[in-house]
Amino acid sequence: MDTLCEAQEDLVAVSFVVNGERHTIEIDPRVTLLDALRNNLHLTGTKKGCDQGQCGACTVLIMGRRINSCLSLAVTHEGDDITTIEGLGTLGSLHPMQAAFVKHDGLQCGYCTPGQICSAVGMLDEIDRNVPSHVSEDLHAIEKTDAEIRERMSGNLCRCAAYPNIVAAIREVMETKP
Amino acid sequence: MKRFTYERVSTPAEAVAAFSRTPGARYLAGGTNLVDLMKLHIELPAHLIDVNRIGLDAIEEFDDGGIRIGAMVRNTDVAGHERVLRDYPVLARALVSGASGQLRNKATVGGNLLQRTRCPYFYSGDLPCNKRNPGSGCAAIDGLSRNLAVIGGSASCIATHPSDMAVALRALDAIVETIQTNGTRRRIPISQLHVLPGQTPHIETSLTPGELITAVTLPPPVDGAQRYLKLRDRASYAFANVSIALVADFDGPALRTIRVAFGGMAPKPWRVEAAEAGNIDSSKAADRIIDAAFEGASPTRDNLFKLPLARKALNVLITEASRQ
Repeated sequence: MDTLCEAQEDLVAVSFVVNGERHTIEIDPRVTLLDALRNNLHLTGTKKGCDQGQCGACTVLIMGRRINSCLSLAVTHEGDDITTIEGLGTLGSLHPMQAAFVKHDGLQCGYCTPGQICSAVGMLDEIDRNVPSHVSEDLHAIEKTDAEIRERMSGNLCRCAAYPNIVAAIREVMETKP
Repeated sequence: MKRFTYERVSTPAEAVAAFSRTPGARYLAGGTNLVDLMKLHIELPAHLIDVNRIGLDAIEEFDDGGIRIGAMVRNTDVAGHERVLRDYPVLARALVSGASGQLRNKATVGGNLLQRTRCPYFYSGDLPCNKRNPGSGCAAIDGLSRNLAVIGGSASCIATHPSDMAVALRALDAIVETIQTNGTRRRIPISQLHVLPGQTPHIETSLTPGELITAVTLPPPVDGAQRYLKLRDRASYAFANVSIALVADFDGPALRTIRVAFGGMAPKPWRVEAAEAGNIDSSKAADRIIDAAFEGASPTRDNLFKLPLARKALNVLITEASRQ
């Protein structure tokens, strides 16, 4: 009982918007954004893979930018606007990236897919903002190639190795973007 | 994770004041390295001071052409900044050769400089490591040392500094700006930020306790070709076996000036200015620089390959740059 009381003294209030809805929670500062999304907000679309920033299954968008939610403490996200896979689209109204993954069969088991899709959405925005990559030959003119997609998506692993179809799905969205 | 207390601060002055009144505190910026190490119980802060909202998140331009990059600017935003792309491409190239897109969106300039080694023994809690547990010994020296240092290490530690960004900053003669807990501001040449392990490998920088990095400044752009080459065991998202930041100014086939910094070779970005002087003949420069910069190297059987690899890589880089 003592432990419980002591633990509660350390709770920190944090307020953020997830998929358009404001949440204010009191939380142990040790809780990662990943665990807060899954356990406190019950948004289980965001997956826990390695829990150390290597696999990308936990990728979410903070103000439109992709990050690993497993390496970010929830309390640090005060005031942030967070988008998870549940906020990108719904069954009735898929995000173009979700539709492309379905069309191109960009998955097998599907565990990495929410992270792949959130990451791909953030990645295309980085190209729009002229952020170069390791494979960009010209730092000032990024070409929309498969090599760019593969390099920029290297933070998302797929143990089923659905990579060719993941690249095809992302390529389609990249090429049809205005 | 071990329990810790947490507070948010809104200015650099508040951050250092918070450090002064809380023993065992650490600053939390992007957290991509610190949070990972806290999960593994390698970092055990009693208190976290969240510096994510203290400003320092802009890139300023000086009248003389140099720039100041705030310590909280995220790696992605440095790599995509117009002035960096135009005048310091070696820095943009180094940044995008490191980590993953997600990590670069979170990781800050200050945190990148202060990240810890990826030596596998630093991460293995049950094996000796003088960096993690001072005085316990070094399991790496007689262990798996493929990615560890060939020079600058000691009998206590042969860990490498993992940053790519810092290697480019070393070639560009960056200055690290800080504020100490007593309010004093310092300007530290990047060459003096990281320190060699000696008998105290747990001390990795010349920063005083609680000293906060506020910015990195770059001098006005210099003439010449800029290149960053990273050789690693995977095509992407892996630490360097050998990396090289090159800034070379040619007059036809002859060299006017050359600067070379190496990553993956030492406990800090490795550059020996004396090795760069007097290299006029570009066809001989690489061999002369490697010979001088790595004189006295003490590679292990596992990482001996790095020396010829660096030599070959620098030869290729200089040849390529001379054709630009």
